[in-house]
Amino acid sequence: MAIEPHILKSFDEALNTLHGQVSRMGVLAEHQLGRAIQALAERNDELAGNVVQADAEIDALEAAANDQVVRVLALRAPVADDLRVVLTALKVAGALERVADYAANIAKRSIVLSSLPQVPTVRPLQRLGKLVHGLLAEALTAYEERDADKALEVWNRDKEVDEQYSGLFRELLTYMMEDSRNITPCSHLLFIAKNIERIGDHTTNICEMAYFLTTGHPIEGARPKNDTSISGSAQE
Amino acid sequence: MSVSQSSAASAVPSAGENAKPKLIAQDVNVYYGAKHALKHVDLAMNAGEVTALIGPSGCGKSTFLRCLNRMNDTIEGCRVEGSITLDGQDIVRGVDPVLLRARVGMVFQRPNPFPKSIYDNVAFGPRIHQLIDKKEELDEIVISSLKRAGLYEEVKDRLDAIGTGLSGGQQQRLCIARAIAVNPEVILMDEPCSALDPIATATVEELIDELRESYTIIIVTHSMQQAARVSQRTAFFHLGEVVETGLTEQIFTNPREKLTQGYITGRFG
Repeated sequence: MAIEPHILKSFDEALNTLHGQVSRMGVLAEHQLGRAIQALAERNDELAGNVVQADAEIDALEAAANDQVVRVLALRAPVADDLRVVLTALKVAGALERVADYAANIAKRSIVLSSLPQVPTVRPLQRLGKLVHGLLAEALTAYEERDADKALEVWNRDKEVDEQYSGLFRELLTYMMEDSRNITPCSHLLFIAKNIERIGDHTTNICEMAYFLTTGHPIEGARPKNDTSISGSAQE
Repeated sequence: MSVSQSSAASAVPSAGENAKPKLIAQDVNVYYGAKHALKHVDLAMNAGEVTALIGPSGCGKSTFLRCLNRMNDTIEGCRVEGSITLDGQDIVRGVDPVLLRARVGMVFQRPNPFPKSIYDNVAFGPRIHQLIDKKEELDEIVISSLKRAGLYEEVKDRLDAIGTGLSGGQQQRLCIARAIAVNPEVILMDEPCSALDPIATATVEELIDELRESYTIIIVTHSMQQAARVSQRTAFFHLGEVVETGLTEQIFTNPREKLTQGYITGRFG
């Protein structure tokens, strides 16, 4: 992880251990989200069950990363870029744990949904899922490669997530109003859409950490948002 | 090597309302014979602040510290060029080194009390600088200096005991009391805690923090943690040059120069 090695090799080993834990979490969280969306689209209960079960590994990795952060802070007293490596690892690990939790929740709801009549909104939900999945992968690459420009680019794209989510929200409300039998499946789909939108928010947090790790400064300005679901619901 | 080039006045930006340069070094060069030990050093050191000088061994930080009270005068073949001013007065030339050292005190790496009583150690400076007329005045200076150095309560019943019989941390605080007894404006400290245990170090660091309101303090330290704990500004020296100066918080969180980052994070020494 360190750009230049430290004189004390064990310091590099400690940082590499932490980096390895967070990297592994990134790979797993991304995989979990992809599989949860696939399980939803295919009404595949077995795959969804696997996603739910696999969440424990990510939780355990987060706990291990937290322990490693405490060890490095206590024993190495890192400063400057080393300190940023440790702090961002802690925050990215927290974000990835949440991403994985949301993915597991999507999987649980997809199991419930597969027992209910199919509603036609699954396809736009898949589109939103793929968008966020792609952004998460790019955010993790920006973090791995310490690419501030890429992090900023992905961070700015969260408004696309907001736009799609707002559209889905209105669409689901319409289905529910049209036929009350749609309320149960559409409510689950609404939660799933919200989960995906929240994963998008955690993705922007990872971008912010990647930017801070690389430059030493936070991203300036407010994140572009385009979530009109709140004002939309008020008007309904 | 990438080196921040700026004039001394702007080398250290002012942070607080009270931060004003007490000592200003401009284009200071020091030679030991043919060896060019300090190269074009620009540095401003503010009143009411602790300035830490850090850098690997042989980088010139102690040489620079010794320029501030003319201790290099005693080294044969040493030549100092450039300007160092104390409140605007040039101290490189045209000032009596003995009088200068009354204004600019020094605390060394190893505690070096005189083999005299605790009282006489502190009274030594006021006596040779003839700052007092009466015994009562001297008593007052000794007691107030020991109090300011945080040592009085520990030694008040044995002021006649020999100073070298104190513990290491107490000896160093005695040396600080000795330094402040002549009412200096600046205190130079050359690795003042390197011979002390962590508790004595913490006591001296707390003392440094208390003293900085009254004195301009310049400290040379090999401990990055100590520089981070006690100083408001840090200057990083490397191969006789000042690579970077800035607020200590900035130096230790986001240094501008890669060389500074490499040093403080332990990537080279």
